Amino acid sequence: MLDKNGIAQRIAQELQDGWYVNLGIGIPTLVANYIREDLNVVFQSENGILGMGPFPYEGEEDADLINAGKQTITALPGAAIFDSATSFAMIRGQHIQLTVLGAMEVSESGDIANWKIPGRMVKGMGGAMDLVASADNIVVAMMHTNKKGASKLLKECRLPLTGVKCVKRVVTNLAVLDITEHGFKLIERAPGVSVEEIQNATEGTLIVEGDIPEMKI
Amino acid sequence: MNKVVKDASVALEGLKDSMTIMLGGFGLCGIPENCISEMVELGVKDLTCISNNAGVDDFGLGLLLQKRQIKKMISSYVGENDEFERQMLSGELEVDLIPQGSLAARCYMGGAGVPAFYTPAGYGTEVGEGKEVRVFDGKPHLLETALTADFAIVKAWKGDRFGNLIYKGTARNFNPAMAMAGKITIAEVEELVEPGELDPNFIHTPGVFIQRIFEGANYEKRIEQRTVRPKA
Repeated sequence: MLDKNGIAQRIAQELQDGWYVNLGIGIPTLVANYIREDLNVVFQSENGILGMGPFPYEGEEDADLINAGKQTITALPGAAIFDSATSFAMIRGQHIQLTVLGAMEVSESGDIANWKIPGRMVKGMGGAMDLVASADNIVVAMMHTNKKGASKLLKECRLPLTGVKCVKRVVTNLAVLDITEHGFKLIERAPGVSVEEIQNATEGTLIVEGDIPEMKI
Repeated sequence: MNKVVKDASVALEGLKDSMTIMLGGFGLCGIPENCISEMVELGVKDLTCISNNAGVDDFGLGLLLQKRQIKKMISSYVGENDEFERQMLSGELEVDLIPQGSLAARCYMGGAGVPAFYTPAGYGTEVGEGKEVRVFDGKPHLLETALTADFAIVKAWKGDRFGNLIYKGTARNFNPAMAMAGKITIAEVEELVEPGELDPNFIHTPGVFIQRIFEGANYEKRIEQRTVRPKA
């Protein structure tokens, strides 16, 4: 079974040279820690920067330089700063090759819910609806089950949707799964996790074809 | 051409109850601190505020929420403000949550004279309820309308008396789009300079969009999530 860092590490393997990548808040942010050094990847933060670098050293924080999670950041050489309308032109116009975001629920048809629990939690969708509606390549990073142990990979989402039929791949603490026409297709197992455990933790249709390899982390 | 006014209190002349106000900023980054303080002083109420976020409990728009001066918020993300969440869940505050990219585009289009546009964001979700849907290249899109405001209030790093503005870092965010969409746009800047001092090649917001400008004072520039790495 993977921890949050393990999920991030596995997602980092998806990245390709020359890609512009948007990382959401939470587990997705950790992906930046595991990028192979020979890859040129540029991180976009939707509040208006391409070329986001690591957190600043203590004492070098700049209130005018933050990411979409409102954390202080640095700008790498070659970074570009722009306004919100331009930022979402990049996103909507499909100039960003990969979007990684967290979710509360994903359905077997690729629907995603991550912005609202009616009557209890309303934080807003931020940029998530724009990202999932336009991005070609959307990977969800999340735990396979919620805190109560219930599956987050469902036949249909129960929470209000963020987007429909948009998720391509889900990486959880238990598995890598692709969204296909017929349901969640199991691609890889997390180290030490059996197909049966994944089946038991997946409410939606799980497609298992042949031997399922273990992830290489 | 001289758009300079003395301070926030002069800049906000004409602001009345029930008006619609746009405020630039992302989180607490690039918010018009001086004008927000002045709005608290003035006690104007029943405002509709268009702003990506709603500040935190004791800073930014949170200050206006505490005093119940806001009737309706139009935002994309309000997660950092407990008082906001309380007022919204109890029904005291009317809230229109809209996707961040649609919010930016609706402000930009409002200033650019485009009354509506289609975007895929929000299709198939609550955001799409009651909106016209049209399919382009096989993909459904929602019709979204432009936003304008009685006052748009932006914060820039430097500006001149013509109203030309330069922002610093990610404090730019929603400011340029909102600057375009105000019937009256107020710019508060950290440094007011003479025309000619700003390189025309690097102006972010051309002065034509600005009606009033002043040099602000005592910027706190609070950091919401101070995140650092240790020195090696």
